[in-house]
Amino acid sequence: MLLYRVFARPQKHSVYMRQIIFEINNIGISSLPIIVIISVFMGGIITIQSAHAIDSPLVPLYAVGFTTRESIMLEFSPTIVCLILAGKVGSNIASEIGAMRITEQIDALEIMGINSAGYLIFPKIAAAVFIFPFLIALSMFLGILGGYLMGVSSGACTAYQYIYGIQAFFDPGKLYYSFTKVLVFAFIITSVSAYFGYNTRGGALEVGKSSTSAVVYSSVLILLFSLILTELFINH
Amino acid sequence: MIEIRNINKTFDDRQVVKDVSFTFYKGKTNLIIGESGCGKTTILKLMVGLHKADSGEILYDGQNFPKLSINEQETIRKKIGMLFQGGALFDSQTLEENVQFPLDMFTDLTKAEKLERVNFCLEKVQLVGKNKLYPAELSGGMKKRAALARAIANNPSYLFCDEPNSGLDPKTSIVIDNLIKNITEEFNITTIIVTHDMNSVIEIGDNIMFVHKGENWWTGDKSQILKTTNKELFDFVFASEFMKQVLGTPQK
Repeated sequence: MLLYRVFARPQKHSVYMRQIIFEINNIGISSLPIIVIISVFMGGIITIQSAHAIDSPLVPLYAVGFTTRESIMLEFSPTIVCLILAGKVGSNIASEIGAMRITEQIDALEIMGINSAGYLIFPKIAAAVFIFPFLIALSMFLGILGGYLMGVSSGACTAYQYIYGIQAFFDPGKLYYSFTKVLVFAFIITSVSAYFGYNTRGGALEVGKSSTSAVVYSSVLILLFSLILTELFINH
Repeated sequence: MIEIRNINKTFDDRQVVKDVSFTFYKGKTNLIIGESGCGKTTILKLMVGLHKADSGEILYDGQNFPKLSINEQETIRKKIGMLFQGGALFDSQTLEENVQFPLDMFTDLTKAEKLERVNFCLEKVQLVGKNKLYPAELSGGMKKRAALARAIANNPSYLFCDEPNSGLDPKTSIVIDNLIKNITEEFNITTIIVTHDMNSVIEIGDNIMFVHKGENWWTGDKSQILKTTNKELFDFVFASEFMKQVLGTPQK
């Protein structure tokens, strides 16, 4: 029912477009610092762990780069980064809309004759679905870069071995799988968080509870859909 | 003009509005007064459609609001301005953006025309030059005035005010009361104010409904209220010793 109102025809396209641009900045651009830090560090960590695990002389060292690329591209960037964004963006959306609910700002919109669900939630979903793939692509690049820096500087592998490894056995179809997951997760994070925020009743305590519920349910749904999509794409 | 006829509302097993009927006149400040928890805000929310009445009619210039289609209700809603108890200004927007919001949504005015209208509204509520401030930077009284500016931005036919004086000092309360009264008369709006502030009743009460335990207990104007012999209304009006001394206690 709420989604029906969210996707109802916008009352004023120019206002909605302005909101979408605002949300792209609010949801996407403001998440850049945490994505940069986490991706670079996780890339480095994955490379060191991979190099440590590959101690057999039968396994070539370019496998370090290959493993790092596969880990980051298939699971770390699409799923783990989205779980982190569920915490950051999800709690932000739920608390923002929840606070608007308890301070009667949503009532004010309704009385003006504005579809409050559409005005508040649709731009967030549209912005997230648009900007998340770019954030995750950046995360993939930085993760692999972090792995290169750590792998080469620690002596785990040479620059040539790492670069050869990240190019080896590359299947572009897996990118399709990764970015499909990202789009689904972007929708889950924004819609679930907005749902909890929009249905907040009470005071500040309830806003906190909505925010917590939004993160918990978003995270569980992300993991569930990650499993479902992995089964669909990898096994079929 | 707005008429409510025999409206009822029950929450769970508790009936909070009981068969209330009243007429709110155009160009007058119509007051709904009563003790806290008597159902006056619920009546207001029923009238603007935030709650759905169990039964009864709410007539906006003859049109029964609850029975209208969603599109027809939206048309009426666009003619409604509402001043909430806490202001309900949008936190993420400046004062100018808040006042401009209904214009952005419902008009095709140019940027310059919108700004002119915003400045006109801010001048009406004595907030000239505060355009770029955010709600968090405003005092309680300024928030109320800003919300009033937003409420009148789109030339409403109906203005609803939910306890416009709550949390304000007496001097600021009078400023808000006078602003509402002036705007009502100047633009010929049907204004409905929910309040329990006796100063407001005496200052601007053109047409008053006293609600007691969810019922329309008494109707009249500010001159009649001070001569009331209705026990519940008497206890409400003359609750404080100060009021008794200033106004003189009428015969019960």
